[in-house]
Amino acid sequence: MAMLELDNIHTYYGNIHALKGISITVDKGEIVTLIGANGAGKTTTLRTITGLLKPRVGTVKLDGEDIARHKANDIVYKGIAMVPEGRGIFARLTVTENLDMGAYSRNSKAEYDADIQRIFSLFPRLKERRNQIAGTLSGGEQQMLATGRALMAHPTLLLMDEPSMGLAPVLVELIFETIQQINKEGVTVLLVEQNALMALSIANRGYVLQSGAIVLQDSAEALKKDPTVQKAYLGME
Amino acid sequence: MEQENTTSWWLTAIQLGLIGGVVAILASLIGMVESFHARDIIAGQISMGETLLLLIMIGFAYSSSRNEQSPISTRVTSGVITGVTISLTIVLFVMLGAVVNLRSIFVNASPTLYKILTLEISNTALAYVAIVVVGAIVSLAASLVHGATPFWKRVISSGFFIVLLLALLQDLIRITLTPFPFITEVLSWMFGRRGQEGLSILGAIVVFLIVAGVIYNDAKHGAARRARREALPEATKRTRRWVSWGLLGVFLLIWPRIAGPVLSDVTNSVGLYILMGLGLNIVVGYAGLLDLGYVAFYALGAFTMGVLTTTGGEIFFDVRWTFWEALPFAVIVAVLAGIMLGIPVLKIRGDYLAIITLGFGEIIRIMFLSDFLKPYFGGSFGIVSIASPTIGGIVLDSSQTLYYVILAACFVALFVAHRLRDSRIGRAWKAIREDEDVAQAMGINLTATKLLAFATGAAFGGLSGAIFAAKLSTVYPHSFTLITSINVLALIIVGGMGSLPGVIVGGLLLAGLPELLREFSEYRLLIFGILLIVMMLNKPEGFLPEAVHKREFHEDENLSHAAGG
Repeated sequence: MAMLELDNIHTYYGNIHALKGISITVDKGEIVTLIGANGAGKTTTLRTITGLLKPRVGTVKLDGEDIARHKANDIVYKGIAMVPEGRGIFARLTVTENLDMGAYSRNSKAEYDADIQRIFSLFPRLKERRNQIAGTLSGGEQQMLATGRALMAHPTLLLMDEPSMGLAPVLVELIFETIQQINKEGVTVLLVEQNALMALSIANRGYVLQSGAIVLQDSAEALKKDPTVQKAYLGME
Repeated sequence: MEQENTTSWWLTAIQLGLIGGVVAILASLIGMVESFHARDIIAGQISMGETLLLLIMIGFAYSSSRNEQSPISTRVTSGVITGVTISLTIVLFVMLGAVVNLRSIFVNASPTLYKILTLEISNTALAYVAIVVVGAIVSLAASLVHGATPFWKRVISSGFFIVLLLALLQDLIRITLTPFPFITEVLSWMFGRRGQEGLSILGAIVVFLIVAGVIYNDAKHGAARRARREALPEATKRTRRWVSWGLLGVFLLIWPRIAGPVLSDVTNSVGLYILMGLGLNIVVGYAGLLDLGYVAFYALGAFTMGVLTTTGGEIFFDVRWTFWEALPFAVIVAVLAGIMLGIPVLKIRGDYLAIITLGFGEIIRIMFLSDFLKPYFGGSFGIVSIASPTIGGIVLDSSQTLYYVILAACFVALFVAHRLRDSRIGRAWKAIREDEDVAQAMGINLTATKLLAFATGAAFGGLSGAIFAAKLSTVYPHSFTLITSINVLALIIVGGMGSLPGVIVGGLLLAGLPELLREFSEYRLLIFGILLIVMMLNKPEGFLPEAVHKREFHEDENLSHAAGG
């Protein structure tokens, strides 16, 4: 059974019809990517899943339970964590304080200690800079922090919104390697990306989003070879 | 580029001088100089009014000589040009006043004012020269201090500041130290004869030298002493900490005996402001929700206390409540009001929140003022003969006894605010202050978190109001205007947003000083305004900032530090 299942989702910003009937499924243990141009509705989809936006029509099922009209803060407790677009770190707090905020939904001190050790071994840079103000970190470090913060909530499903945005190619590669590693440790990942090539190279499956609707869906391998995808998103003629 | 710099520095200096001159004349025309003239800083020599003018000169000469790149000679010249320009502006003003009768427009342009401005020298020409000479000397001194090494700058400015402070607070010092005969001897010598205000000349010099000496000594040996103290075993350090806290506690307990009734009353006002500050600090400082109607909770606390302990209690419950019975009820009413305000504004942020809360504060005040509710709240006549608290048959109706109720309330509030800051809910407040959306995505329930902030803040406000009602034994709607909200907000900003010691310092400065220096109270808003502008420009994080806010306001330095490291 699918872990996450979006069925015919319609989301609006006031009168603007942003998502026009989107259906997506993510199976347990997968990396699924959502690619598309600016304004296609990728971030809106993620915000709808996390409850920051409420769909007017449609269901969002997590392990069979419809969570579409739950509050964002309750959804965290159901095992969904998000790395927001533009990282959304608490710029004025320290690295450790940011990670603490990520663990807000957790109660066990012992687990917290283990989690923070896990984050620090995943991102040794964060350990070095744990007392530094998050706003003074480099872009790559901020991305690591945002990812680490999301992992502190012990998600079973991790939503990542454009992790490669504004990063140097070498850092993009590092981040994507980390995503694969997190996935190997048992976290299902839904990845939104403009960098389609990178996203498809680590994903199992992919959806192509255009003007608020899914126009293509297939395995990552097949999408990479699809002529429309190649032309529109991979920059190949 | 170089050419331009060398030609323009003196223009800038003159410009600053003209601004300074206008400021000095403005201070004179609004009556500040004359009303401050009534108090002496140096007995029989320099009044507070003259000090104000001197401070304006010093301030402008100081900032005129600020350019650190220029050679010292240029900086000093620049400062002196500014000072002399200010003097010349004042001379021009005095000349104008001699020809035209300014008094028909400016009520405060009195003969006394001219006498002050001309240094009470009757010969006009001589007076003009004297003004310019004073301006030159003062600005020379100021720019020399500015140009000095940081060490000397610290020594001299601390000495100067303490002399000024002692002179201003002499009433406080005199009253406080009367029980100690030996010290009174020293004081009467330091402050000149009894009945005279201000320090004696010798006293001022001695105080300056002592302070300068202490600072000098600290700069030379302070680091070593601190290192020695740091090296002490942990147990000794802990004992010392306990002893100093104990001494502070004893001091707080015996304070009303030392201070006497008048000063105790001032202390009580400060205490009530601190209590409100602690509450608003939770809403604004911790949770970042700008509340401009905070006075509403103060009013609700006061009126609940008023109604329940007087005839209102009879109307509603057939019996007049005692202070202690009404107190928790007053807090509960305030909390409920806090939640009622909180629910409709949950989705509202920033400026809009400020406007709505502003309206809320006014609604509550007008409600108490209304004719419709006059049978209960007395309309503009308010409620009289409110009960005083009693403990075991002793009625706490004097300022010296009520002090203990306020002290206890402050301690409870301080403890609660301190514990909340580092708690789970404190972290949630911090998160929504930084970014509401991300906070929610971390699992923080915005509704509960915000309402809890409003409710806790309101509780402290209600508590403060309830004690306020008992303190005055009367409440009027006119005591709860917008200005109280602004005062409380100002004390948080000056002290440092989110910082608990900041609230105390802010309360002492903004609620205590104007009470002690009655001359200030007329110009209270002007001085607050200037203070806030200066703070925002030079020390936006407040006097005793919380770590996070300090970072926020010094991000550039942090960034360059990070880049360097």
